[in-house]
Parts: sequence; C-alpha cells; structure tokens
Amino acid sequence: MSRVGWIRVAVLSFLLISFELLCRAGVIPAFTVIAPSDMARSLWSILQSGKFTPDIRATLTNVALSIISACAAGIAAGTILQSLPPVRRVLDPLFATYYSIPLYAFYPLLIVALGLGDLPIVAIGFLLAVMAVIINTLNGLDRVPRVLLKAARVHRLGPLRTALKVRLPHAAPYIFTGFKLAVAYSFIGVIGAEFITSSRGIGYEISFAYNNFDNAVMYAMILLILVIVVTVNMSLHAWEQHLLARRRRAR
Amino acid sequence: MRLRDVGLLVLLVFLGWQVLYFAVGDVALRSPATTAQRLAAMLGDARFMPHLQETLLAFAQAFAIALGIGLAIGISLGAARLAGEVAEPILVALYSIPKVTLYPVILLIFGIGMPAKVAFGAIHGIVPISIFAMNAVRNINPVHLRTARIMQLGLFATTTKILVPAALPEIVTGIRVGFSLTLIGTLLGEMFGAQRGLGHLLMQAMSLHDIERILALTLLLVAFAAVVNAALLALDQRLHSRT
Repeated sequence: MSRVGWIRVAVLSFLLISFELLCRAGVIPAFTVIAPSDMARSLWSILQSGKFTPDIRATLTNVALSIISACAAGIAAGTILQSLPPVRRVLDPLFATYYSIPLYAFYPLLIVALGLGDLPIVAIGFLLAVMAVIINTLNGLDRVPRVLLKAARVHRLGPLRTALKVRLPHAAPYIFTGFKLAVAYSFIGVIGAEFITSSRGIGYEISFAYNNFDNAVMYAMILLILVIVVTVNMSLHAWEQHLLARRRRAR
Repeated sequence: MRLRDVGLLVLLVFLGWQVLYFAVGDVALRSPATTAQRLAAMLGDARFMPHLQETLLAFAQAFAIALGIGLAIGISLGAARLAGEVAEPILVALYSIPKVTLYPVILLIFGIGMPAKVAFGAIHGIVPISIFAMNAVRNINPVHLRTARIMQLGLFATTTKILVPAALPEIVTGIRVGFSLTLIGTLLGEMFGAQRGLGHLLMQAMSLHDIERILALTLLLVAFAAVVNAALLALDQRLHSRT
C-alpha cells in the first residue's frame, strides 16, 4: 500500500477509536449513538440469526434490477440520442436540471401506478440511475475519434455494428463511470424508497427499528448498508483501475 | 442552451404529461390543467404559507451551512495536497452512501424539528460542494500561486485574490450540484418526523391518497428547482467561457 493509503488507514482508525472511546466514556449517550463495537456485535448476531435475510435479499435484488435496467436503457438511449443531434439539443436542458428534481416526490404516484410491491422501489432507483448512464454514454461517444468512424465506414459496417464494434468499446471507460454512478444511485434510490413506505427491505427495517427505539437493530442495519456500499464502491474502483491498466498496455 | 429549445422542452414535458394522463386516467394522475389550478388555489390559501415559509427557511439555513462548511473543507483540502489525497476516497465514499439511512441518527442527535431538517439538508450538500471545490483549487495554474508568493501576499489575500477567482467556475458547478442535493435533503428531512413544511404536506397527501395535492406540490418543487438550476447553469457557463 502507498504512503497515502497508510495515512488514510491511520486517520480512519483514529476516528473510529476516538468514536468508540467517546461512547464508552459516556460522552455520547447510548440512546443517541451506540458504540461501533456494539454495532458490529449486534450486526453479527443479526446476520447469524438470519432474521433479516429476506429483507437483505429483497433490497439487493431490487438494487441489482435497478442497476441492470438503468444501464441497459441508459446505454441504448445514449447511443440513439448521440445519432440524433436535434433531439439531443432540445433535451439538453433536461439533462442539466434532471438531478435537481426531487425524484422522491414522484414516489407516491409510482405506488399508485405500479402497485405496492417492489416495482415502484426499483422504478425510483432506475429513475435516479438512468440519467447518469445516459450522460456518461453521450460524453464517451462524443470523444470517439473521427478516424475510427471513417475506418468503420471503409469496412462498410452498418450503424448497429459500428455502435457495437467501434463506438461503444471506445466509450467504455466513460460508460464505466456511468455504471459506477448507477450503482451508487440505485442504492440511494432503493433504500430511500424502502424507507418512505414499504413493507420489507433494509431501509424499511431501519425505519421500523427507529420507530421502536431499537437502537441495537437500527445501528446494525445502518452499519450493514455502509459496509455493503463502501465494499461495492471500492471493488468497482479497483476493477476500473485494472481495466484501465490493461487498456493502456494494449495500446 | 437556447431559449427556443427550453421552451420546446417545457412544451414537450407538458404534452407528455397530458398524453400520460389520457393513458392512465384519474386513478394515478391528474391533467396539467387541473394540477395548475390546484397549485394556484393552494398558493392563495393562507394555511399553505406557513408550510412554504418553513421549508424555505430550513432550506436557506441548510444551504448556507453546506456552502460554508463545504467550501472551507474543499478549499483547505485542495490547498494541502497530501491531506486532499488522503481525504478524496473518503469523500467519494460519503457521497455514495444512501444518506436516508443516517436520518434516524440525525433525529436522535437533534430531536424533531427545524435543526434536524437543516442538518439533514446540509449533509447532502457539504460533500459535493467540497469535492468540486477541492478539485477546483488543485487544478489552479501553479504560476498564479508562485506569482502570489513573489508579491508576498498573505494567506487571506492569496485566498481572496488568487484562489477563489481562479477556482470560481468549478466551484459554481459544485454549488449547483450542492443546491439540488440540499433541496432534496431538506425535503426528505421533512417527510419523516416533521409537523410542518412541504415535505410533511407531501407525506400527508401520500397517506391520504390525495393525488391532486401530490402533483401540485411536485409541480411547485420541480419548477422551483428547475428555475434556480437554470440560473446557476447560466452563471456556470458564463464563468467557464470566460477563462
């Protein structure tokens, strides 16, 4: 690990230990925040008891559905929009303002339209994630060098094959950025939606535990989400670095 | 971004809404005209004003805090290279955490009411503002900083005369992102455990299945967010084209 990495570990450990000590010393009262070691212990016993396994599975399934649908729809929409400049020009202000729209406000309508199941939850995750994929796909496709497109024309590739063989592979690093954002936004959307109204899922269990003053369960579930999200993000980052390094070697 | 395109887009959105209304019907949707009427009625209602004021006040405080703390963190991390490298992945990880999960913690610390809403809105805005500000300061041309040193500017003068003007375009982009997220955060904060505010009204309408009110509030929020965002975007583009 690099020097920066070691300093980062040291800083985080220092914060964690001082947090633990503050809780143990009673400076932070236990009915506000419980000590990190207690959170970890509670999480461990919850995971072993299997009490919340269906919730965890439901949340992760919804997140996965949201990521897959957002990436598929986002890449397709980005590719199509890039070949239709007039449409894109009209939609441009929408792309720029999209993330300032409070999408959760549409959640009640989605419930009415799609029913009380998992569908509106996935839909919120999808709506949050899809625009990041579209924007990054467009960004990547804009940077494909002309000479590659000329080469495709010389080889008489049709529009679909040009997209699949030339444009999209070249735009891949940008699309990967979109994918990473889609993962983060899907987690945010799905867990937020579960929190508002739902009958299962990690987000629901947190709000349920909160309403029952069950700090042990609540902090354990919060810790679980933090661990999952941070692990997923770090693995994606490592994967991206690996892909980029391979791409550089190939040149 | 041209005015004609924006007008066309707004027209398209309303047209799409109307078509969707014809397709779905009264069960899940109301027409744009009905929604606009309801919104106008709501804005004229004296009982509505306290809620609007509450939300605007909470949002203004949250945004001011996010701006102050975010810029302070971002600019200092951008100026101290090592600290910035150590902190960047931590900030990015914080950005991708679903912050709703932290809402109960905020409530337990601040109690139900205005401070919790403000704190929840602010934590949404601080991270993006500091990430953008940090990158903005990092990417300043080193020649500018060397010039400041040769002219023997103090820390304060260097910050106000060199750092901020040079980094301003990127910082404004961060502020634009932070604005949107702080608004969303404040509203989310009002949706759970609040007695007043637009978020509270929205949650109430959800449980009463009052589609017309949900739509009217959503229209108001989207219009507010879009207008402010468009203004910040115009400022953003002007600053970026200047350099």
